[in-house]
Amino acid sequence: MGLVSAYFRRGWTILRSEVLVLPSRLAVLLFIIALMAVPLFTQDYYILRILILTCIFAIFAASWDLLSGFTGQMNFGHALFFGVAAYVTALLNLDLGFPPYLSIPLGAVGGVLAGLVVGIPCLRLRGSYLALTTLAFPIILTGLVFAMPDITGGELGLSGLSRLTGSRVMDYYLCSSLVVILGFAMWKITDSKTGIILHAIREDEVAVRSSGINTIRYKLLAFCMSGFFAGIAGGLYAHFMRLAGPSTLEVSLSFQVIIWSVFGGMVSIYGPIAGVFILNPLMEVLRVALGNFPSLPEIRMFIFAGLVLVTLLFMPEGLIPWVRDKLENECPRCKLRNVFIRQRCRVCDTSLS
Amino acid sequence: MLLDIIIDGLIKGSVYALLAIGFSLVLGVARIINIAHTALYMTAAYLIYMGTKLMGLPAPVAMLASIVLTVILGLLIYNFFIRPIQEHEAAVLIATIAVAMMIQEVFLMTFGGHYLGVSPLVEGYATIMGVKVTYQHLLALGLALVILVGVRLFLLKTRLGLAIRSTAQDREVANLMGMNVTRVAMGTMGVSVGLAAITGAIVVPLVTVEPTMWMHPLIMMLAIVVLGGLGSIEGSFVGAYILGFAESLVVFLLPMGAFLKDSVALSIMILVLLIRPDGLFGVSFEEER
Repeated sequence: MGLVSAYFRRGWTILRSEVLVLPSRLAVLLFIIALMAVPLFTQDYYILRILILTCIFAIFAASWDLLSGFTGQMNFGHALFFGVAAYVTALLNLDLGFPPYLSIPLGAVGGVLAGLVVGIPCLRLRGSYLALTTLAFPIILTGLVFAMPDITGGELGLSGLSRLTGSRVMDYYLCSSLVVILGFAMWKITDSKTGIILHAIREDEVAVRSSGINTIRYKLLAFCMSGFFAGIAGGLYAHFMRLAGPSTLEVSLSFQVIIWSVFGGMVSIYGPIAGVFILNPLMEVLRVALGNFPSLPEIRMFIFAGLVLVTLLFMPEGLIPWVRDKLENECPRCKLRNVFIRQRCRVCDTSLS
Repeated sequence: MLLDIIIDGLIKGSVYALLAIGFSLVLGVARIINIAHTALYMTAAYLIYMGTKLMGLPAPVAMLASIVLTVILGLLIYNFFIRPIQEHEAAVLIATIAVAMMIQEVFLMTFGGHYLGVSPLVEGYATIMGVKVTYQHLLALGLALVILVGVRLFLLKTRLGLAIRSTAQDREVANLMGMNVTRVAMGTMGVSVGLAAITGAIVVPLVTVEPTMWMHPLIMMLAIVVLGGLGSIEGSFVGAYILGFAESLVVFLLPMGAFLKDSVALSIMILVLLIRPDGLFGVSFEEER
């Protein structure tokens, strides 16, 4: 009994001193609790469907940030990883009868291979060249998909995959816990030694190489990791929609992921996740709200694009970093973050004003 | 067959060259990847459709009006949405994507997703070596070539052309030499949007006008610019004809060609990049200092 309460007290101490001191960490905690609690309040089929898709796209957007935000390898064709994984998952499930818990990881391996295929030719390219070249890969693959309807199902895609899990609520818990776990994993990767090297490559690749670091290996690693996480999202999508079609490779999906991530705030992992969780449900709300005006069915996308534009004019760094900078200050001496109401740093007691 | 391919390739190449040159001017001077470039090309096409079909204007008047209106629209977009956030590269990128989406949705709202067409300026066809070629195709080809020569002369002979070229070469030094870089960027944007609008005006009788017509030229244009070397006008020109001919060859010769035309064009681009990472005529931008 004493042991349990000791653990409990220790946990509470960590929570109070590490999580509750910063509004951003508190927000993450509340977000996770809210995410897990949703099915307690509503089990509406439609709402859960939207949230599951939001979770899948959140993983996808975070994986884009890992590659393009942290490593600076601007990827305009991120839908490639998503689409390859969706098709691999679908083929494994339909032709070989693999269950979802096997086909999704193998689909993610497909995403990793796609990352290698894109990464190796792109090693020599930089900046805008890289961005515009990566755009080409999903389009090339779309052409092949259309040209080989026997294998890929052509325009209709592959349909009739087995369900993700037995019920909608289980689907929801699987996807939402994967967002939390994978998001945390990606955040940890960017925080680790590897992450620092990736960050340094973005800032100055020549300097990193001259410090004796094999940048080629790390850039390929970034492509593969990004492909892996995007591949998991693609596999989940294929099993959840029970369909893998050419829409998973579309240019608009690649653009969409950029919009989500930059709107939420690049180079932060949680920024893109927040971006998806704000914009994707908002689109559905708009769809319902505008359903009363059948004369204007397409104004939804117009409002969406306008909203993104206006947001950017005021917060070009993205929404989440802007909010975070309003709520927290960085200590000038020890570089730790403090809530804005504090006068002195919580660790080194330097004056913050 | 052969003549079909040649004429088709020449027209496609010229159209892509016009688009790609406009795009690379802005990329060179202002470092903006303007995804909305072909959306403005679509705007010109729709405005001509509106002018000729709905308001009954004569075609040349409608063309001129649409070009002027599109240029004004482009400058407004640049001034209000792109210039305030110009230092943030990623933000500019999605601002142009969002602008392109907004333009697409505006036309989808006003005209619906229907396939529209504009009647050709000139009727009839000529028979060249036993192949029927409509006068409209020949007119489009001729106009495109004239404009290309005009752009070349503009860049080489005028003061603004000189300013654009020097700013593209080294923005900072141009600024130090007392040039108003912001105004040059504004002028470049005007020229670039003007080229997009003229392209739209030239090809509108040959293509179907629909709200997603900007996607395919966008992809081809990006591929051409990368293939030719970013910021290189000659590169854009040569790249445009290479990919234009490749596209028409694939469409005419391969089965399933319509599906594979993008794939083949983009594979050519990647192959060239594997051999020459800076494109065919790569001019290396000065590194950020």
